Amino acid sequence: MKMWRKPLDLDEKSLPPAEIYIIESRCKGCGLCVEFCPRGVLKMSDEFNRKGYHPPFVEEPSACVGCHFCEEVCPEFAIFIGDQ
Amino acid sequence: MKQKASKKPDRHPKDELLREDRMPHIWCPGCGIGSAFSSCITALKKTGIDYDRLAVVSGIGCTGRVAGYLNLDSFHTTHGRAIPFATGLKLAKPEMNVFVFSGEGDLFSIGGNHFLHAARKNIDITVICVNNMNYGMTGGQVSANTPTGAITSTTPYGNAEVPLNLPSLAAACGAVYIARWLSLDVRRLAESILEALLKPGFSFVEILAPCPTAFGRRNSLGSALDMNKLYKENSVIRNGVHPDETVIEEGKKMVLGKFIDKERPTFLDRLSKTSELKSTAWPKKEMAAQR
Repeated sequence: MKMWRKPLDLDEKSLPPAEIYIIESRCKGCGLCVEFCPRGVLKMSDEFNRKGYHPPFVEEPSACVGCHFCEEVCPEFAIFIGDQ
Repeated sequence: MKQKASKKPDRHPKDELLREDRMPHIWCPGCGIGSAFSSCITALKKTGIDYDRLAVVSGIGCTGRVAGYLNLDSFHTTHGRAIPFATGLKLAKPEMNVFVFSGEGDLFSIGGNHFLHAARKNIDITVICVNNMNYGMTGGQVSANTPTGAITSTTPYGNAEVPLNLPSLAAACGAVYIARWLSLDVRRLAESILEALLKPGFSFVEILAPCPTAFGRRNSLGSALDMNKLYKENSVIRNGVHPDETVIEEGKKMVLGKFIDKERPTFLDRLSKTSELKSTAWPKKEMAAQR
């Protein structure tokens, strides 16, 4: 992510790690969360879920800033961010 | 390192407004209706209105299933007649916040006339229309919003008709709030639906949603993901432009934004003042005498 201005206390403070929960049985593998995640946290899995779709998995949990975009865009209500 | 995130899948935060026993829903993978529905739930949670005072009315079609999936007082009506049912509900119970969530085939092709008159009367309801440019559920037939030249199951050589421009139509009929967003614009869409729900009067939100299975397949627009990207690349946000400039046509980017936000007395406001209106009937006698 491009930062235009660097906060003065960036070294002292850090975001609490966001917890990403994926309800794999609901996923239909459309890939919207993977494609439109601004930090590239998610990736499509090679494994199948119960319906025969490929659900996403969390590849880089530390990169997540908890913006909840995946939670909003998911048409299946299959992914959400825990309370930070 | 591959790491599974689903340690203990708790309840999804939006499940409180979903009828979980009906999940999974019928919409195809990547369909825009799902994202639009998700934004609508976010907006409903933000309104702060008691869920007992909210009611959703839907017509028939893919989008019409929303009434069946939302855990509110809901009404799944006959084809095209969502707005008359919502009007009746609002007039009988003015304390309710009634909104219509339906598709463009239902609201504008089959039930177009009801939209005109509800907007003209300024009934205090919110209409959320998911425009996927065809009749998705019944097999992708041409609708009143299919773009010119598009191939559908009933126009195999391309659509010869000119589509309706919904924001212009709503503005001409007197809607007080008009916005149009992509289903992918989840945050702006949720904000718009929230404003529309809280706005007194007839408010209208159009959502351009990709239909990958029926519309995208015949027009070679690729997968659901490709269609979402295509819609994103071919749209431009221009808040406050005249609704006539928002026509969707070939060679032009789709115009998104909030176009109209004005005040106008609602039908119920006027109804309570009908006795006063008698004395100001038009044309006035003095005006007639001047001729």
